[in-house]
Formats: sequence, C-alpha cells, structure tokens
Amino acid sequence: MKAAEAIIQCLQRENVKMVFGYPGVPVAPLYEALRNSDIKHILVRHEQAAGHSASGYARVKRTIGVCIATSGPGAINLITGIATAYMDSIPMVAITGQVRTDLIGKDVFQEADIIGATESFTKHSYLVKDAKDIPRIMKEAFYIAKTGRPGPVLVDIPLDIQNTEMEFEYPNVINIRGYKPTVNGHKGQIKRALERIKNSKKPLICVGGGVMSANAEVELIEFIEKSKIPMVHTLMGKDGLISKYPYNVGLIGSHGFKYANKAIAEADVLILVGTRIADRATGGSKSFGKMADIIHIDIDPAEIGKNLSAHIPVVGDCKKILQQLTVGITEIDTKMWLEEINIWKEKFAKDRPNNEKVNPKYTLELLSEMIEEDSIITADVGQNQIWTSHYLDMKCNRRFLTSGGLGTMGYSIPAAVGCKLAFPNRRVVAVMGDGSFQMSMFELGTITQNHLNIIILLFNNSNLGMVREYQSDVYKNTYGVSLSNNPDFVKLVEAYGLSGKKVSTNSELKGAIEQAMASNKTFLIECIVDEEESTL
Amino acid sequence: MNKYILSVLVENHSGVLSKISGLFTRRGYNIDSLTVSITEDPSISRMTIVVGGDEEITEQIVKQLNKLVDVIKILELNPEKSISRELALIKVIVKQSTRSLIKETVNIFRGNIVDMDAKSMVIEITGDEKKVSAFAELMKPYGIKEIVRTGLAVLQRGEEMY
Repeated sequence: MKAAEAIIQCLQRENVKMVFGYPGVPVAPLYEALRNSDIKHILVRHEQAAGHSASGYARVKRTIGVCIATSGPGAINLITGIATAYMDSIPMVAITGQVRTDLIGKDVFQEADIIGATESFTKHSYLVKDAKDIPRIMKEAFYIAKTGRPGPVLVDIPLDIQNTEMEFEYPNVINIRGYKPTVNGHKGQIKRALERIKNSKKPLICVGGGVMSANAEVELIEFIEKSKIPMVHTLMGKDGLISKYPYNVGLIGSHGFKYANKAIAEADVLILVGTRIADRATGGSKSFGKMADIIHIDIDPAEIGKNLSAHIPVVGDCKKILQQLTVGITEIDTKMWLEEINIWKEKFAKDRPNNEKVNPKYTLELLSEMIEEDSIITADVGQNQIWTSHYLDMKCNRRFLTSGGLGTMGYSIPAAVGCKLAFPNRRVVAVMGDGSFQMSMFELGTITQNHLNIIILLFNNSNLGMVREYQSDVYKNTYGVSLSNNPDFVKLVEAYGLSGKKVSTNSELKGAIEQAMASNKTFLIECIVDEEESTL
Repeated sequence: MNKYILSVLVENHSGVLSKISGLFTRRGYNIDSLTVSITEDPSISRMTIVVGGDEEITEQIVKQLNKLVDVIKILELNPEKSISRELALIKVIVKQSTRSLIKETVNIFRGNIVDMDAKSMVIEITGDEKKVSAFAELMKPYGIKEIVRTGLAVLQRGEEMY
C-alpha cells in the first residue's frame, strides 16, 4: 500500500475517530487516504484552531488529539496550538506535510523546518525519511504522547514519502530505550511521605492539572475522605474538582483566593499532586510553602526541585501513588485546621459590587446554576479566565478547560469545538472577552459547517481588559488596549447563520441564558461590561 | 562555579545534537565543552559535556536531558574516578632564537611538532584540560597564531561500564 494509506491505517489502529486539519498539496496523498477511511476530518479555518480543537477533544474525551497541517505556513500556524498543548501537558499527535525529500534544505515553496521550530515545545518529533519506518514512528508517537507526562508529538512527512509503496505491518511492541517513564511510586518514599503526613497538624494538598491527566480524581477524593486533609488547587487543577466539596479550599496563586494562599502559607505539610508549582501558582513569592515540609508527587522528575525544592519527592503516576497513599493513611485530626481555614474564608470573602452594566462574576454564578451539571466550559485568556476560574461552580462531572500554561488568547472557541465534537450531547460553553473572541472568530465557520451548538459567552468591555488594568495600576495610563471600533458581534454571528443577544444589564441575563440554552444552534451572549471592572 | 562532566549516550541519528544544544540554550545552561563520537555500538553516540554550575543546576540539566527521548543514559563522571583527555593543535610563531626553546618545552610536555615552516610550527598536545592549558600558557609569550581544542573525552576508570 501507499505510505499515506499506512499512516491512516496507523491512526485507525490507534483508535482515532476524528482529526482536525487544513489541507495543502504536501498532505494531499494523506487526505486522499483519509477520504477512503472512516475517520472524520474537521476542516478548521486556521491551523492554530486545529491544534486547540484537537487539544479540547483530547482533554474531554481523555484520548489523544490528532491534527494535520500542510508544510511551511500551515505547519507554522499550527505552532501556537502545539505549544499551548505542551505547556498544559495535553496528549496530541500533530502530523505535518513536508516538501519532497530531495528538496529539503533548498528553501523551496512552502518549506519550513517545523521540527526545528517546534523543538522546544514538543515532547518528541520525527522527520520521516523512509516510508518503512512509518508504522514504528506512528506507534511510538502515540505511545510517547499519552504515557509519562503527556504532551504533543510531531510527525513531519515529506510528500514523496507519502506516495511510496510499502508493506504495512503494525508493530505490537514498543521498545524505546531512551524512554521509560516511572509509573509506580517508590515504596520507601511513600512510607516517608505517610510518616510525615501522620505527624502533621496542618496538612494541605495542592492539586494541579496532573490529577486530571492521570484520571485520578476519584483516587484524590478517596485519599481526602480517608485522611480528612483539605486541598487547594492551581488553575489547571480546577478541572474535575467539585467547587463546593467541603475540603476544597479553592484556587491559589497570583490570581487565586487570599484564603487559599493563606492556607498554603500556614500549612506544615504540603502535598503537591501533579503540579509544577508554576510562577502563577506561587504568585512569584519566594516564601511559597517555606513553612511546610514539601511532598512532591509528579510523573515528571524534572518538575521536582525545578521551582520548589521538595523534602520528599515521589516520582510516578499520581493515580497509582494516591492509591498507595490511601492504603497507608489514617485519619488525621484536621478539625481545628479546617475551622481556621473557614474563618479566613469568611474574613476574605469579597463583596460583589453592584454594577450598572453586566457583572461578570454574577453572570458566571448564574450560568453555573442554570446550565446542566455535566456541561463543559472553556475559558479564554485575560480577565475572563480569572472570572471563570473564580466563579464557575464545578459540579458533578462538569469540565473546565483553559490555556493555563501558555495563556493563549483565542483558545476558548476552537477548544469548545473539539469538546462539542467529542460530546455532542453535552452542553458546551465558551467564555471569552472581546479581544479573545476576535482572535478566533473565524472558527464560526467551522461551527456553522458542522452544525455545532455552543454557547458563546462574550464579555465585551471594548478593551484588552487585563492589560488595561495592569497599565492603569503600573503606569497610571493606558495605551494600545482600546477596542473602541468593535464590530456588532450579534450581527457578525448572524452573518454565519447563527443567533445572539446583546445584554446590557444584569436583569436581562437570565432571559438571555435561557434563550441560549433553548437555541438549536450556536448562540452568542454578548455582555456589556464596564471597562473599569476589575479582575479580582 | 564548579565543573561537572556528563557522559551522555544518545541515539545516533541526525537532529540529536541540535536537540541537546537547543536544550542548553533555551534553559540558559552553560556548556564548557562538548564532544560527540561514535561508540562500540554504531546506533549509539557518546556526548561528553562539561558544564559549569552548581549542584542544583546540574541536577536540573541531568533531569531535563533525561526527558529527551533520544537520550539513552546519562552518567555524571567523578573526575577522580575517570580519565580525561583533550587534544589541542597550537600554531606558534617561531623565530630563529625561539625555535629550540619551544622544541624543548614540547618535549617536556610530550607533545609533537606536526607541521613547520619558516615562521611557525603546529604543535600537537594531548592531556587533561589543565596540562593543555598550562602548555598553551607557556606558548603565549612566543605568540599563538591559532589554537584548536577538541574538548574533553572522558571514560570511567576500571571495570565499571554502563
């Protein structure tokens, strides 16, 4: 068979049902093979969206997202999607076309060294030089993407290779001598961790995105229920946790809750689970967790000691390690500690200001109540991200997706597209600002073409709000952040055959959300927000 | 700042060197020297990397290198339990009056004069880093026209293998 068909065969063997892509001549043989397969291809309007949609799809479906782009500019447009997935450890396989093998390095039309360009934010990458390597490379690519710390793997395939005739045999076993991720936690370290936890007065768990990527939400709750240890979480850790769970103290970090940060500062033992303790989580504070003994659980040994030195490092899959810890733990008396935290919680509770225009905080609380418990919410980057991370109430198996690490504007719409295609029967809401909407509004085309029903919740303050706020605080003035000539967003979605409603006061919100929920196609709720509205 | 010697076994295919050097660049680690060579197994190359930094940085470097799929194994070599050699070629300006003095120094350092013309000679010198540096230092007064050093090649002493 042709190598292009072999690539599609490999995708089928890996159980790929859907790919997000944008064709060009250097991937034409691949598309020809795709046409004859049962894999669904979603044509995006910009390759960047292919990356984000594949990422959203992968996160909610708990599988590997696949995206395809052509050589040169196509591959380069995909870069932001790949880097975003890398920073949030999302399993992804990106396939790019490359110019003919004999032309590589000659600066021919649409040639770009995509392997070199993406080297620092792919988990691994392959340039296929021989068609017979394709089955092994594809098998390895999928294996590397999903195991250990998940991440994107790039496979770059020259046009002539795709047209080569070859024998297809999919390998059964994988042996990559330089890649052997640790899964089980070291028994001695687990014992040490348990000893330290048992002797603590104010233990605290800090949950990161790693818990969700390891599918360890249940194991986490089992550990908490048995040990009675409260928890805080990072931005990426919010996904999969129930907000009103009594042991869930809330979001930490520079944009987190004061009481959650206070709990970190006062804890005597800090159990970090699947978090790299990024700068946003510590708020850049050098004193972060200084009072506590740190137990750091992570699948990536390089994250332990990178940002924070750990007293007891435990390398491995946090699902396994939490199970191991639960077996050995006994109930800790945390009643006083919990009471203390609850006092801070009340003390630092914020009053919601009464705005004339739409209050985003109220909007998100109302939305949380009104939409189905199993809804999937994507948030973009900027003030909307922080508002959502604070006020979106996580219930049942509700999901929350955002670009936590790279902070990529324009993430929410394509990610929502991926989520809706993964779960057509679940409610999907994309939350964004007027800046981020305009960074991905071309995806309305993808939405319309695929008849996707998404709620687009757009906070319009006619500004790049977060930068505006920063400039006002630091420079006492603003520059280059005004979006004063915004289009009529409702008319814009109408041009795509969708509908929407502009909401200018809080009292209109309920009706608008009801209307959006009843709509049989994508619905835009444009909320007019005061430009002075603060992030926190 | 201390020096650490890392002996890194990597897959022998194109692109690996750029992956490794790229990692050092983007994470801001310093490379003092880097040598690459084939090993007894043609599918594996050995990179000997000398890095400057403290223990914490070196630990991070090792961890980050280990994350690369093409890196098979890393050994941090203890200078006392390993043999290290470097080769340097030094082109020195020669005058009638200095010729025999230079030759004498070369002999003491067990170097070789590998090329010579009326105005200069090329000296080959092998040894550990200190010896090569000491020799280069002695040649400075005569005038070094050009110098090339290979960087360290290091192997662990005794029977221990990895």
